[in-house]
Amino acid sequence: MAFSHKHILGTAQLSTDDISLILDTAESFKEINQRDIKKVPTLRGRTVINLFFEASTRTRVSFEIAEKRLSADSINISASTSSVVKGETLEDTARNLEAMRPDIIVIRHSASGAPHYLAERVNAAIVNAGDGAHEHPSQALLDLMTIREHKGSLKGLNVAIIGDITHSRVARSNILALKKMGASVRLLAPGTMMPPGIEKTGARVFTRMEDCLDGADVVMMLRIQLERQGNTLIPSVREYARFFGLNRSNLKCAKPDALVMHPGPINRGVEITSDVADGDQNVILEQVENGVAVRMALLYLISGESVSET
Amino acid sequence: MAESNTLILDKAGIRRALTRISHEILERNKGTTDLALVGIRTGGDFLARQLAAMIDRIEESQVPVGVIDITLYRDDLSHREVRPVEKTTLPFSLDDRQVVLVDDVLFTGRTIRAAMDALMDLGRPRNIQLAVLIDRGHRELPIRPDYIGRNVPTSKDEGIVVEFNEDNAPVSVLLKKN
Amino acid sequence: MKILIKNGRLVDPSQNLDDNLDVLVDDGVINAIDHDIQSSDADLIDARGMFVTPGLIDMHVHLRDPGQEYKEDITSGTRAAAAGGFTSVACMPNTEPVNDNLATTDYILQKARICGVVNVFPVAAISKGLKGESLTEMGELKEGGCVAFSDDGHWVSNGDLMRRALEYAGLFDVPLISHAENFSISGKGVMNEGFVATELGLRGIPWVAEDAAVYRDVALAEFSGSRLHICHISTRGTVEIIRTAKARGVRVSCDVTPHHLTLTEEAVRGYNTNAKMNPPLRTAEDLEALYQGLRDGTIDAIATDHAPHHRDDKNVEFDRALNGIVGLETALPLVLMLVDKGAFSLNTALAALTTAPARILSLPRGSLKKGGVADITIFDPEKQWQVDSERFLSKSRNTPFEGWTLKGRVSRTLVAGKTVFQDLES
Repeated sequence: MAFSHKHILGTAQLSTDDISLILDTAESFKEINQRDIKKVPTLRGRTVINLFFEASTRTRVSFEIAEKRLSADSINISASTSSVVKGETLEDTARNLEAMRPDIIVIRHSASGAPHYLAERVNAAIVNAGDGAHEHPSQALLDLMTIREHKGSLKGLNVAIIGDITHSRVARSNILALKKMGASVRLLAPGTMMPPGIEKTGARVFTRMEDCLDGADVVMMLRIQLERQGNTLIPSVREYARFFGLNRSNLKCAKPDALVMHPGPINRGVEITSDVADGDQNVILEQVENGVAVRMALLYLISGESVSET
Repeated sequence: MAESNTLILDKAGIRRALTRISHEILERNKGTTDLALVGIRTGGDFLARQLAAMIDRIEESQVPVGVIDITLYRDDLSHREVRPVEKTTLPFSLDDRQVVLVDDVLFTGRTIRAAMDALMDLGRPRNIQLAVLIDRGHRELPIRPDYIGRNVPTSKDEGIVVEFNEDNAPVSVLLKKN
Repeated sequence: MKILIKNGRLVDPSQNLDDNLDVLVDDGVINAIDHDIQSSDADLIDARGMFVTPGLIDMHVHLRDPGQEYKEDITSGTRAAAAGGFTSVACMPNTEPVNDNLATTDYILQKARICGVVNVFPVAAISKGLKGESLTEMGELKEGGCVAFSDDGHWVSNGDLMRRALEYAGLFDVPLISHAENFSISGKGVMNEGFVATELGLRGIPWVAEDAAVYRDVALAEFSGSRLHICHISTRGTVEIIRTAKARGVRVSCDVTPHHLTLTEEAVRGYNTNAKMNPPLRTAEDLEALYQGLRDGTIDAIATDHAPHHRDDKNVEFDRALNGIVGLETALPLVLMLVDKGAFSLNTALAALTTAPARILSLPRGSLKKGGVADITIFDPEKQWQVDSERFLSKSRNTPFEGWTLKGRVSRTLVAGKTVFQDLES
C-alpha cells in the first residue's frame, strides 16, 4: 500500500489504488477533526508554504487548517502581498522560496501547468490547489470521499456534472478520478462551455438537463463564473438558469436519493436554486468538512520517505 | 539466508499468560472501577479484547475497550514509507480513567511513547498502565511495562511475531532468526 | 578563383537534374555542370557520398536585428543559416524599430554586407509600425532592396487596408506575405484547440481562426489580381482553400515550416513552452494534409519561421511564454526525415527549399544553372547527429528537437563560391 508520489499535481497521475488509499486515509483523519483536541504531531517541524496567486478563501483556509492539525508550520503567501506584482517571474519566486527550505508548497495559480513548472524546479513537494482550467485534485478527491460516504462505493454510479466544463478544473479532476473509480460521468453545458474532445475521457455529453439528470446518483453543479460572462459564452444569467440551472422540478429526474453537490461558492438562483442548495439532498457542507480530511491525507501521504517521482 | 523460527508460546501458553495478566490488572486496580483497556493497532487491539473477555469472566464486569492508531504520532515519518492510517476508536471518555495500554510486543518503547501522546491528546486519564504479551528488551526510552506475559531476551536482528487466527485470537508467538 | 566540386550527387529541381555531376565554379559563378569535369587550377571539394544542391533559401526568418540583439543578430543569424545549409534568408520586419522605412532597410542590408555570411533579403512591413492602419512606402522600400511585404505576426485585420495593400503592391509586382490568423477568433488561445488543450486546461486556437483568415486573404487576392503568399500554414482547411484557389488561377502561394510538418499538439504535453508557436502545432490529420499539399504542389515552399527567443521568454508559465522556435539549424534534416518516411519526394523537398522561394520572392537564385550565382549547399544525407542546442550558432536555444537524433548534416555551404560554413567533423 505504498504511496509513490512526491507531488500531487492532478488526479490524472493517480491510480485507483492511490485514490482508494487517499480516501481511506482521509476517513481516518476525519475522526481527528471531530475530537476536542484537533491536532496530531505528524508533520511537526515541517514547513508548508501556501502560495496563492489567485484569490481563494475556502481552499486556502481548508489547506491551512489541514496543515495546522498535522502540526506543520504553515505560511501563507498571496498574490496581493507577493512580489508577483513587482514583476518577479515564477522561477525567481520558486528559487527564493526554495532557499528557505520548505518541505511542501501548496500552489494555486491562474496558469495551467504552473504546479508542474514548480515541481520541475524546486525540491519541495508540490500540491496543486488549482491551476488555471487544468486540475484541482484535492477538490475532486473530497467530492469522491463525500460520494463514497453516502453510496458506499463509486463503481457504477451515474454522476452528472453540469456547468462551465471548459473553464472548470474541478470538472477535469472529477471526470478523470470518477472514471478511474468506475463511475459513469455525464456532462451538460452550453456548447460554448463544453471543451472539444471531452468525450475522449469516456464521459458522455448531454444537451438537455432532463436527459442528463435522468437516473443520476449524484448531481454536481459547477459555479458559473459571473465575472467571466457577459461576453459571448452565454446570452444572460437568466437564460443560463433556465436551461442549465438545477431546481426542485428538474431534480426529480434524478434518483430520489441523488446527492446534490457544489464546489462553492454558490451563485444562488443561477446554477442552483436556494431550495435545492439547502434541501435534503444537498451534501455541500459535508464536502467542505471532508476537504480538510482529504487535504490532511494528501499532506501526510506525500511526507513519507523513500518516495519516487510522480 | 536461512530463516528459523522458534516457538516461544503456543495457544495455551498465551492463554495462561493473558489469564495471569487479567488477574494482576484486577488486583492492582482493585476491581474494574474506572478501568479501560486501550489496544494499539495492530495486535494490541486484539489482545485488549481478549483481556476484556477474561476480566468479564473473572469479575463479571464489562471493561470498555478502545483502539488507537499511533501512526500519526510516530517519530520516524521521514525515515520510512508512509503507513496507512487506521481509525482510532474510543467509545468512552478517557477523563479520570485508569487506562491499561495493551500491545503485543514491547521493543524500543517508541510505540508506547507515541501511544501515550495520542492518549493525552484524547483526554486526561487518571493513570496509564502498560500490558504487553512479550517484552523483548532493547529499550530506547525509559519505559517499563506493568504487566508482562513473557520476557524474551533477543538480539536486535531477531524478530518476534505474534500470530493471530481469522477470529483475531492469538495462536502462537514465534522468534524469527535471520 | 576556381572551385571544383567532384563526385557528388547533384540534385537541382530547377533543371530537373538528379545525377552524379561535377560543378565547376569560377569567380563565384557556376561555370560548368558536367560528368567528370577536369580542372588543374581549381580547388577541389570532394563531395563523395554527398548531395550537391542549389543553396537553400529560407523565405521566413526573424533575425531580431535591430532591437533584440540579445536573441539574435545578423551576424549570428546568418551563421546559423549557413550551418543549416541556407545561403539566403528573408528576414521579417518585426524588429525594433519595425522595418517600415528605408533607413531600417539600409541598416539591415549594410550590416548583412559587413557581418553577414549569407544573403539577407529584407521583408518590409505592410503597414507602418505593423499597426494595420496605414501603408508603408512600398515603392521606395522595394527599390531599397525589400523583396516582399508582411505584417507577420499581425494579420491585417482591416479588410480595406489589405485590399489596398494588395492593389498597391501589385504595381511593383511584390508579393504580400500574410500571417493568416483571425485574432477575434483565436483570442487568448495558446495552443491548438482540441482534446490535448482540453486535458491540459489550456485555451485553444481553433483551426477556423486560420482558415477564416485565409479565405478572406485569398478572396482579396482574387479580387485584386495581386500576388499573395500565405506563410506558415498549419491546417488541412488552408491547404484545401489554396488548392482550389490555385486551380481557378488566383495568384496565391504558401509555405509550411519543418516543425508543422513533424510535430503535433501532443508535443505541448508537459507544458513544453518550446512547443508553443503561432500558428500552433496541429494534429496528425493536418500533417497528412500538409504532406499531400507538398506532393501536389499546393504548398510551394518550406520556410523555418526561425524565431529566436531568450531563455527567459520561454522559461515561464505556458500562458506567458512567447511563440516560436529556432529552425535554421534543424530544418534540412527534419525535411530529409520526412523524405525518408515517404511523406514527399526529395525533389519536392529541395524544390520547396530552393526554386520555390526564389520564384516567390523573385530572387535570381535557387538554381545551379550555368552562369548563375554559385550559392551551393553540400550535405551528407546519411550522417547522424544529436541535436544539442548548446552547439547552435544561433544565439538562442529554443528548440523542441533537443536531444533528437537526426540524419543529414550540412557539410559545406558556399555563397557566391565562397565557403561560409564547413562541418569540421566530416
